[in-house]
Amino acid sequence: MSHAAERPKNIRSETDGPVLNIEHLKVTFATDSGDVKAVDDVSLTVAAAEIVAIVGESGSGKTVTAKTILGLLPETAISSGAVLISGNNVISVTPRHLRQIRGLEVAMVFQEPSTALNPVFTVGWQIAEGLRAHGKVGKKEARARAIEALGKVGIPEPEKRVDYYPHQFSGGQKQRVVIAAALALNPGLIVADEPTTALDVTVQAEILELLRDCRDVYGTSIVLITHNMGVVADLADRVVVMYQGDVVEEADATTLFASPKQDYTKKLLAAVPHLGRNSASAGLTERAHQESEVLVQAKGLVIEYPGRLGTPAFRAVDEVNFSISAGEVFGLVGESGSGKTTIGRAIAGLNKTTGGSLKVLGYEMRTFRERTFRPLRKDIGFVFQDPAASFNPQLSIGECVAEPILIHEKRSPQEVEKRVGELLEAVQLPRIYASRFPHELSGGQRQRASLARALALNPKLLIADEPTSALDVSVQAKVLELFKEIQAEFGFAALFISHDLAVVDILSHWVGVLYKGKMVEQGIGSQVMGNPQDDYTKRLIASLPVPDPAEQAKRRQAHRALLPG
Amino acid sequence: MSRKEGSLFQRLPVISHLGKSVGLQRGMLVTGLVITALFLLTAAFAPLIAPYGFAQHFDSQLAPSGKHLWGTTSGGYDVLSRVVWGTQTAVIVIVVAVILSIFLGVALGLVSGYIGGWLDRILVVIADAIYAFPTLLLAIVMSIAISHGRSSMLGGIFAAAISITVVFIPQYFRVIRAETIRLKAEPFVESAMVVGASSVRIMARHIYKNATRTLPLIFTLNASEAILTLAGLGFLGFGIEPSSAAEWGYDLNKALSDTTAGIWWTGVFPGAAIVLTVLGLTLVGESMNDLNDPRLRGRRRAGRKQPAAPQTPGTNALNAPGTEIAGNGVTV
Repeated sequence: MSHAAERPKNIRSETDGPVLNIEHLKVTFATDSGDVKAVDDVSLTVAAAEIVAIVGESGSGKTVTAKTILGLLPETAISSGAVLISGNNVISVTPRHLRQIRGLEVAMVFQEPSTALNPVFTVGWQIAEGLRAHGKVGKKEARARAIEALGKVGIPEPEKRVDYYPHQFSGGQKQRVVIAAALALNPGLIVADEPTTALDVTVQAEILELLRDCRDVYGTSIVLITHNMGVVADLADRVVVMYQGDVVEEADATTLFASPKQDYTKKLLAAVPHLGRNSASAGLTERAHQESEVLVQAKGLVIEYPGRLGTPAFRAVDEVNFSISAGEVFGLVGESGSGKTTIGRAIAGLNKTTGGSLKVLGYEMRTFRERTFRPLRKDIGFVFQDPAASFNPQLSIGECVAEPILIHEKRSPQEVEKRVGELLEAVQLPRIYASRFPHELSGGQRQRASLARALALNPKLLIADEPTSALDVSVQAKVLELFKEIQAEFGFAALFISHDLAVVDILSHWVGVLYKGKMVEQGIGSQVMGNPQDDYTKRLIASLPVPDPAEQAKRRQAHRALLPG
Repeated sequence: MSRKEGSLFQRLPVISHLGKSVGLQRGMLVTGLVITALFLLTAAFAPLIAPYGFAQHFDSQLAPSGKHLWGTTSGGYDVLSRVVWGTQTAVIVIVVAVILSIFLGVALGLVSGYIGGWLDRILVVIADAIYAFPTLLLAIVMSIAISHGRSSMLGGIFAAAISITVVFIPQYFRVIRAETIRLKAEPFVESAMVVGASSVRIMARHIYKNATRTLPLIFTLNASEAILTLAGLGFLGFGIEPSSAAEWGYDLNKALSDTTAGIWWTGVFPGAAIVLTVLGLTLVGESMNDLNDPRLRGRRRAGRKQPAAPQTPGTNALNAPGTEIAGNGVTV
């Protein structure tokens, strides 16, 4: 019945004009420090079977706009203007009417699939919940429709898996279930808020494929909220660029990427790292810095996390061999759970090794004792992923940066202060920032300060664990540039850990690819990226969306060819 | 920089909370503050306010009159004077008890949470064992052990304070330990470890200040509990001798037999004093608790009485000082 019923609806909505029409939307939040305008006069329309991407950096108001479409704003928000979904203004309808619109007319796909699903109910029950909320549905029929929805989104054996709980699915499958729940009532519009941000690149490619199918097969319109220009290039028909609550530019995807009009859009696009451009290892034919001292040497390195009672230990790093020489930037790439962070932490002495050998600055980590390793710590700098959490909120930036100096060197307060000033200037922060507190700095500034702290003692080795993944694209570009300059200036060796191939490519001379704890491939950056040998590396590189619609369409074909089956 | 001015004053626990509050929450907080301030002032100026000494004898069980505004007790004490002097005892006991338990509880909590291992397990077991006792029973046992039941003013106050301390240490210990364990996994503590800071330095410089943010809240809530425990001890006859200090619980105990005789004034006034003080402190504590949590905190509705909103300050404004926890605003 479903297919027959869908057709007329789609045809009708195509003739009816836009599915979503936002006119002069303004949203203001009441906060402790006065009102904050999150969205300021935004107008946009979404036609039937169209995918519109709203892009922007954090704080641009894109998520608030998306939440307004479903009437999900918190109590502290006040909105004005009109959000019309098939003629109903979401802002002014009664809560009862709003409930009818949700699910039937518009549904939402959330960023984090593992929190969007309730862990104590089966996925079938959760999909059927939406059906039951809109009219009487028998138990059998609800189940049948849940199975059908799971089948639609490509979950294998839907009859069996309808009774599974969320934890029995992988991250990508969970997101498929969330999409199935959104599709269950066949709404005309799906709002997808960063639907692939929490997923690995290879899984992201599959979810994007699924969203495209939703549009192609069922004629669903999609509002895609994202900060990833690659995803936009892959999926969107039309792009709306937002900046500080305002729509800066609106254009067809191809037009926008080919000839952006506004300065902000141009800057944004220029900042997106592009695989194969600006590679640090371009032109290298053999591994650099081989003649210099070897700082880190791993031979058959095994790191296990003890399992719970009765379960075997989890092997996070499995027989990995690599070495880092002085002055070399080693890029470590892998998806979540591949063991890349574990390796970084083991080198810094934050994790214990289980087997094999890991020598850091000549110190064998298998016999690790904090007391004997401490003198070596001054030669190792560490930059953490989240700049907001890696600073003590009670200490000023100056005090945080001075911490390593105070611990390892006996210097007068004036000398320390002078050194902190120099360090801040080295990372392009004004000296007066020493007296500010971490929360008074922006994310990018904090990450610069974090770099200054890591460099405080002129370390021989710097470990950077996803240093830019919490930053906006334009900020990321600046931090990466700074990192590159400083590395060239100070000449330290670095272990650069990231899930983003393009970012690693910009910085690293030598790249290692990790997959499920195993080093599947390593080599000169440009060669690994340009001519991958291992099957997994090939798949990883092919699934990375490129911020260029035309090129991405070609890559998509190539990626499909790589997929098994 | 304008935001620096008065920032220290405005960041003080209660002051910052007052600035954040609106509506009913503000009303509750202000009521609590007024009652608490009244209580503290009475304690400070007891010698000036009280018409007589706390151990001065008169005819027993006189009804309220011009000479004895709230009447006299069966023991011949002036009720008004006893209630006023009683605030002093209460304040001293609270301060001594809370200070003792905060110091020990925080130190033990930090060490136990950070070092972990067998030390942590033993301390937790002891804390749990103390929890299992009814607090009043424990206080009685301590009071007997310390002063054999009753004694002089200082001895009595310390006996009461220490018995309350023993009950409260596990509370502080648990809160600080939980916070320490959470903070231990925070990147900024790990970054201190990577830098090579010693355990003592990490505990003192990085964890201590961050773990003790909730203390003002527990302090106020515990203060009201301390008063109740003190009154309970006094009521059961383990308090302070009437000749060494005035104590509400003791007076309530002596007023017990008066109620049947229709003598209401000996019981009502000390009782009301206990209720009001506890109410005041609890109101302050509870409103602080609500205001600390951005989800429970009421806010002015946006968009009203705003003179043409100034240039949007961007996301930074959300994390402006004043707010206790950075980033507790609205994520956009």
